[in-house]
Amino acid sequence: MIDTFYGLMRRQGITRRSFLKYCSLTAASLGFGPAYAQQIARALETKPRMPVVWLHGLECTCCTESFIRSAHPLAKDVILSMISLDFDDTIMAAAGDQAIAALEDTITKYKGNYILAVEGNPPLNEDGMFCMPRGKPFVEKLKHVAKDCKAIVAWGSCASWGCVQAAKPNPTQAVPIDKVITDKPIVKVPGCPPIAEVMSAVVTFIAAFDRIPELDRQGRPKMFYSQRVHDKCYRRPHFDAGQFVEQWDDFGARAGYCLYKVGCKGPTTYNACSSTRWNESLSFPIGSGHGCFGCSEPDFWDKGSFYDRLTNIKAFGVEANADQVGAVVGGLAGAAIVAHAAVGAIQRAATRSKTNAVAPTTKAGGE
Amino acid sequence: MSVIETQGFRLDNSGKRVVVDPITRIEGHLRVEVNLDKDNVIRNAVSTGTMWRGLEVILQGRDPRDAWAFVERICGVCTGTHALASVRAVEDALNIKIPDNANIVRNLMHATLYAHDHLVHFYHLHALDWVDVVSALKADPKRTSELAQSISSWPMSSPGYYRDLQNRLKKFVESGQLGPFKNGYWGHPAYKLPAEANLMAVGHYLEALDFQKEIVKVQTIFGGKNPHPNWLVGGVPCSFNLDGVGAVGAINMERLNLVSKIIDDTIAFIDNVYIPDLLAIASFYKDWGAIGGGISSQNLLCYGEFPDIANDDGSKSLLMPRGAILGGNLKEIHPVSLKDVNLIQEHVNHSWYKYADETKGLHPWDGVTEPSFVLGKGTKGTKTDIKNLDESAKYSWVKSPRFKGQPMEVGPLARYVMYYAMGVPEFKEPVDMVLKKLDVPVQALFSTLGRTAARGLEASWAAHKMKYFFNKLMTNLKNGNLATANVDSWEPRTWPAEAKGAGYCEAPRGALGHWIKIRNTKIDNYQCIVPTTWNAGPRDAKNQIGAYEASLMNTKVAKADEPLEIIRTIHSFDPCLACATHVISPEGEEVTRVTVR
Repeated sequence: MIDTFYGLMRRQGITRRSFLKYCSLTAASLGFGPAYAQQIARALETKPRMPVVWLHGLECTCCTESFIRSAHPLAKDVILSMISLDFDDTIMAAAGDQAIAALEDTITKYKGNYILAVEGNPPLNEDGMFCMPRGKPFVEKLKHVAKDCKAIVAWGSCASWGCVQAAKPNPTQAVPIDKVITDKPIVKVPGCPPIAEVMSAVVTFIAAFDRIPELDRQGRPKMFYSQRVHDKCYRRPHFDAGQFVEQWDDFGARAGYCLYKVGCKGPTTYNACSSTRWNESLSFPIGSGHGCFGCSEPDFWDKGSFYDRLTNIKAFGVEANADQVGAVVGGLAGAAIVAHAAVGAIQRAATRSKTNAVAPTTKAGGE
Repeated sequence: MSVIETQGFRLDNSGKRVVVDPITRIEGHLRVEVNLDKDNVIRNAVSTGTMWRGLEVILQGRDPRDAWAFVERICGVCTGTHALASVRAVEDALNIKIPDNANIVRNLMHATLYAHDHLVHFYHLHALDWVDVVSALKADPKRTSELAQSISSWPMSSPGYYRDLQNRLKKFVESGQLGPFKNGYWGHPAYKLPAEANLMAVGHYLEALDFQKEIVKVQTIFGGKNPHPNWLVGGVPCSFNLDGVGAVGAINMERLNLVSKIIDDTIAFIDNVYIPDLLAIASFYKDWGAIGGGISSQNLLCYGEFPDIANDDGSKSLLMPRGAILGGNLKEIHPVSLKDVNLIQEHVNHSWYKYADETKGLHPWDGVTEPSFVLGKGTKGTKTDIKNLDESAKYSWVKSPRFKGQPMEVGPLARYVMYYAMGVPEFKEPVDMVLKKLDVPVQALFSTLGRTAARGLEASWAAHKMKYFFNKLMTNLKNGNLATANVDSWEPRTWPAEAKGAGYCEAPRGALGHWIKIRNTKIDNYQCIVPTTWNAGPRDAKNQIGAYEASLMNTKVAKADEPLEIIRTIHSFDPCLACATHVISPEGEEVTRVTVR
């Protein structure tokens, strides 16, 4: 618990010399001359922590729960040292009138300079009263707080796309933030929830660099959402080799084969799960045997069953469904026979797996 | 102005009306209105859920095997509970039996949630009701260290540790940016801890914030991520492969070792930090052993949890038993069946929903939920700017579930009272230990303090059960039993044309039930009754009040405009409003009468 970014770095054992070096590098990376390093250093030493107001609409609080899982930086350090979380229903001490007073105080005092983080979304049906904190439509509160903010961070798939309450038939007419706030920069951080370290990285990036990160056309930070889960998946070689889990807990499941045939949406999902991973890079859905169901993609609830196979995956510029992709890749490698061998191995393994024992060493790789 | 007599309470709404909205440090959106008499004693309490999402209607027509993922998003705090109830409901409907390992992994994941959820509740959602952060600035670090070392062997307890913490706290306060501590009730006369205890608790607030992220890694290992890990109808999605080809892509020895270590660390934190803190803090608030009991001395309900035998929810199998207590008769445990249509029903007389005949409640299999946002004549304000609600009419997005027509309290206190009454040693003995240490009578259980204490004991129980489940899992693996999924009924073509099932779950916050009807391989109807619906629900046709409203009755508040006593008691239930307020529609009901206005 200290008051500036510099203080935080010092507490983490970073020397003043290293701190100044960091400032020089930052200045250089932003394209500024060495003179700016001094300015950056002074800003980080003396600048008040960035005020953040965190609102909750229709949601399940999974984004907050994910955020507090952040390990680098620790959620504690983000909340108490890097930003000033002046309003957040979920963790703040004050309630009722005192909570609202804290909110109003911040948005007045830091007019134009606070960040609005939104978890969940506003429903528009029933005059907005399907979400009515303080007896008023949430959408009004959202507009009121958004009016003087510097930028908005839309946490999770609710705020970014609509998510589960907006799945068909969307009884409350819940809408993403950008449908009701159109005059502010919005950083979408989708996922249900987003990865903890992705969330803390977005917040600390804004705090440290005083700008929002580079976004793609859909408003997502490129640094985490520009590649598909499939692109960096450690099971990808099995996909390319045509080695698939055919059924839950079969030989392929126990050998870590590709989950495409049991519905994995990794090939069409843009997220950092297979690279940054979850809970201190410990695992991700595919790593624990379940396919990705694309929770960071718009309308992922309405794209058929999570266990339906994707069709029409694009890979290597080849328009082919994935059943053929393994063969295609095998062919490119000049060994079409590999795919055949692999399929044979899967079939053998599938038979063996019925005994519920892990099959002995097999030439499943087709080496 | 009116006076209503119910359940031994006298509801009088003539005094000063005070509104607390938002209730913070909870999941979701909750509003409380109370009437205070001239001595600032609460004489009427009104609990209002202020959000509604309609998830069950969204589920209609979908693949039952997908349902767990939708309902898991009911709540990200008690993540996984709804998924567990859902896969059980589908398996019940389709008569799917899961392998023993799947049952153990589910138990392990669920016990992980208990340990995590209770710990986070105590430190991050509840502690600031009892701990004055600003008072910690006045503490003597040396005496804080002595206090910490007198109650626990936890190593982070030196005078230097507390001096450093206090210095950082000082700088933080001096910065003028108090963040989440801004406008807290610091200095309020209801805070009773000495400065040293406050400083110790602030330290543990921060340590617990760091540590909680470790506990959930058990769910990450088996379920791929947390919050919202993955589940599977018929078992669990992860596979075991201890030493074969590709073991690095499955649950292998390294993963199991990590699970084992996390369990040991979790037990150590809860037993050496959480429990000693709980007892130390409680010793300064013994008066709260006589406040906030509500209906906890009357009606309690538990669905039971942790089947020790796979696919068996009988009394021999459930490590947390199932049952109900009615009318305060602790000698009789009533049987509970989720499938008895006369036992569990939901009413909407005071909820913003419409029934054709509102004189009757409906069992979830036949439930109806048609939103009907109509305010009573006595409402102050307008439809979209409500100042005071009229509790004589409809006033909440939460329904009123009833068991044999009675409102029930659910959650850790319900469990501990019931299991104490049943004499189950692993629940009764810790309770006796706490009562003895605090030197309070057994009646002190029926209170705000009792609820908070029960939750702590249960966190410890769950952490030790994690170890038990892990050992059972290892025994199976040693015996060559690796199976984690039963796929015999995976394909929808193997299903009957029509089926219905009920899925139970005893969630950290209490009894949770999911009810499903399947027709032609799709969901025909899906209903949930969740713990916070039981506790937070509004009145019924007979004006019987639910657990929240009852618990606030007759509490004296020190300052009418600072709701510290109110949030203390409400927080003792650990509210989860996103859970409570999503319940909706059944068969044939027209639910898509939705227009954008």
